[in-house]
Amino acid sequence: MAATTTAASLKSVAEESHKTRSRIFGVAFIVIAIIAYWLFANGVDPALQSTFGLNQGNVPAEQRLPDWVIPSYGTVTLLAILSAFIGGYQLARGFGRYTNLMLGLVVLAFIFSFLTWATSDKSINLAGMLRTSVGAAVPITLGAMSGILCERAGVVNIAIEGMMLSSALMSTLIGSVTGNLWLGLLAGLLTGATLAFVHAVLAIRYKVDQIISGTVINIFSTGLTSFISAKFMQVYQELNNPGTFQSWPVPILSDIPIIGGIFFTSNIFTYGAYILLIVIHVGLFYTRWGLRVRAVGEHPKAADTLGINVFRTRYINVVLGGMAAGFGGAYFTLGSVGRFDEVMTAGRGFIGLAAMIFGNWSPFGAFGASLIFGFADSLASKLAILRVPIPSQFLLMAPYVVTMIALAGLVGRATPPAADGQPYEKQ
Amino acid sequence: MFTAFLVGSIIIILTDLAVLDAFKNFFGAPGAALSAAWKAITTAYGSLFEGSLGSPARMIAALQSGDSEAIGDAFYPIGESLVAATPYIFAGLSVAVGFRCGLFNIGAEGQLFIGAICSVWVGFTFKGLPAIVHIPLALVAGAAGGALWAFVPAILKAKAGAHEVINTIMMNYVAFRLSEWLLNGPLKRPESANPVSPFIEQSAELPRFFPDPIRFHMGFFIALGVAAFIYWFLFKTTLGFEIRTVGANANAAKYAGMNITRNLIIAMCLSGALAGLAGANEVLGVNHNLANAFSAGYGFDSIALALLGKSHPLGVVLAALLFGTLRSGSTRMQNVAQIPVDIISVIQALVIAFIAAPAIIRALYRLKAAGEGEGAVFTRGWGK
Repeated sequence: MAATTTAASLKSVAEESHKTRSRIFGVAFIVIAIIAYWLFANGVDPALQSTFGLNQGNVPAEQRLPDWVIPSYGTVTLLAILSAFIGGYQLARGFGRYTNLMLGLVVLAFIFSFLTWATSDKSINLAGMLRTSVGAAVPITLGAMSGILCERAGVVNIAIEGMMLSSALMSTLIGSVTGNLWLGLLAGLLTGATLAFVHAVLAIRYKVDQIISGTVINIFSTGLTSFISAKFMQVYQELNNPGTFQSWPVPILSDIPIIGGIFFTSNIFTYGAYILLIVIHVGLFYTRWGLRVRAVGEHPKAADTLGINVFRTRYINVVLGGMAAGFGGAYFTLGSVGRFDEVMTAGRGFIGLAAMIFGNWSPFGAFGASLIFGFADSLASKLAILRVPIPSQFLLMAPYVVTMIALAGLVGRATPPAADGQPYEKQ
Repeated sequence: MFTAFLVGSIIIILTDLAVLDAFKNFFGAPGAALSAAWKAITTAYGSLFEGSLGSPARMIAALQSGDSEAIGDAFYPIGESLVAATPYIFAGLSVAVGFRCGLFNIGAEGQLFIGAICSVWVGFTFKGLPAIVHIPLALVAGAAGGALWAFVPAILKAKAGAHEVINTIMMNYVAFRLSEWLLNGPLKRPESANPVSPFIEQSAELPRFFPDPIRFHMGFFIALGVAAFIYWFLFKTTLGFEIRTVGANANAAKYAGMNITRNLIIAMCLSGALAGLAGANEVLGVNHNLANAFSAGYGFDSIALALLGKSHPLGVVLAALLFGTLRSGSTRMQNVAQIPVDIISVIQALVIAFIAAPAIIRALYRLKAAGEGEGAVFTRGWGK
């Protein structure tokens, strides 16, 4: 517990300097604006235009939307001015609890400036790109939901990555053996739940450091999935061919121009993420269950005094969180490529963790962060097509760097539940 | 440990098809099934042993024959084990130093990559230096790189209270992407199609003591030296005492007038430097160039290692020797018994779990609770 108190004293120091921090953020926004202008507008011929295609797939000619053509220089300049304005306001007044949102907006403006600059005098299918962004955001969102469910009840979960990986494997395996995708999905959910239960037992019953227990699950999952994959799935290919869930456009919503194609023409994983998002949001903030969960996460002793069963709440939430991660893991195989490859989650679980922090432990915040991260992800894969002399790796770093900034800069803003990570001992 | 191996053997049995076949008529011929299971385990662990330590019979025969090539062959496995143990010693010490200060450095893997990048750069850029200058320079570069990578989470923790676990995880991925880019761009070997760096100059290679194929090199002794130094530093110097005090009870440390911020930063940077040395050691002693997949997860395994060694330098060295032998033996196990090396990760995960929760073992074997265990407890919240 010693470290808690150090950290607490550090935190009070941090809160004292919160004003300074808020100013630092204002300056940072302005600096980002200047960099964006300098990098992406400076020296660009004002006559150049960026063309964004808004159609995707085979759209009949009469329904085609015209391309969206914007002046490259003007757009970037406008966005830079906007970011600088946000920075100025932050310096003068401060955005308070909306600072994270503003950071998100500035980052988005920066990425969009980059995109505009990269497509100057060229064209890119923006709608298609946004669609892949949403696709990339789905597992990140689900990972973040898993984190929120666990951490709101006071159990740190860094094992999202491992749960996703194991569930990806199991859903493929069961899906292939039974030939039934739904059974595969169920297996994925159960795998996530099982690992989460192990995490819960280690963390709650045996009071193991929750980070160690999460690490155990991550290492275990990496090892076991690679083991099974090398031993069976690469040898017997028929075990690694479950097929994928078909895309199913939502009846009315998918007819909305642009948005319909981006958000509502997808498979059950995307819709599942939306539903989960809403359910968790409503559940956490508007139901008795949510109030209890948050009480357990913030002040377990008080919750216990009021007759809430702290241990049971934590167990249930961690297992639910594991199922969310399992659902996200199944996305990698059943929802996307239809086969399992070793270490295929490639850190998405950790980006989910990052999105959760960036979104300040709230479902919609995390979803917004996931969309930004997903956008960076899909943009990175387009760079080669645009022949931009910037390596995609830098864009892929963005989520991590932004998260560190958010966590460092917004102490007192990005606040985890107070009892997050502390085992509870009944007296 | 033992339990972990036991579970490992159950997994081996369950995944061995021949054994499963034998078990199908378990009730008809239980003996056959059991012997098949036994055979699978003995082949696996036997080859693991032979692959890591060598076969004693062959060693004796080779020594008697006096044929240098045969001796080399017979002692090759044990040399390989020591080679594999070396980065583990560094990385394990890295995590252990963090633990001693109450810091959880999950970022050893990233720091290891950055250390390797820095030292490989020094290794191939400077030409014509004598080895006595070049090797230390490259090692120092590696340590500096690792320390720099750890400095970011350290300063964020000390100044802004941001939890080092998240930041080191994030720094890991930044490091992976960075090295990916460097190996595809600036540091790419011009004549190669793969993302690998140029070979380092001969003067930067850590000397090897035996003719090829034995790769046993100087790094092992450096690692032992560093472990001794860390022991001295942690337990015999004022600064080491302060670091341990901050880790044990930060309030008491503050009350006694110790500078918590400074100690946190020093401990984290030292931890990063050690991880950087692990990377430097791999490129200077073993690979002589840098490829993307050069680390076999040393940074992550080192968490298990530090826990197993109870964050004590001596314990870490012993644990590293164990893990090194496991790692090098598992390659042979893969060839002989067709058991993928990844089983080692599973065993390691179980080792951590059992060490971190001694109560599980007690429950398994129905032992009485043996007083308050020294279990690794660093539990605390995120941003606090």
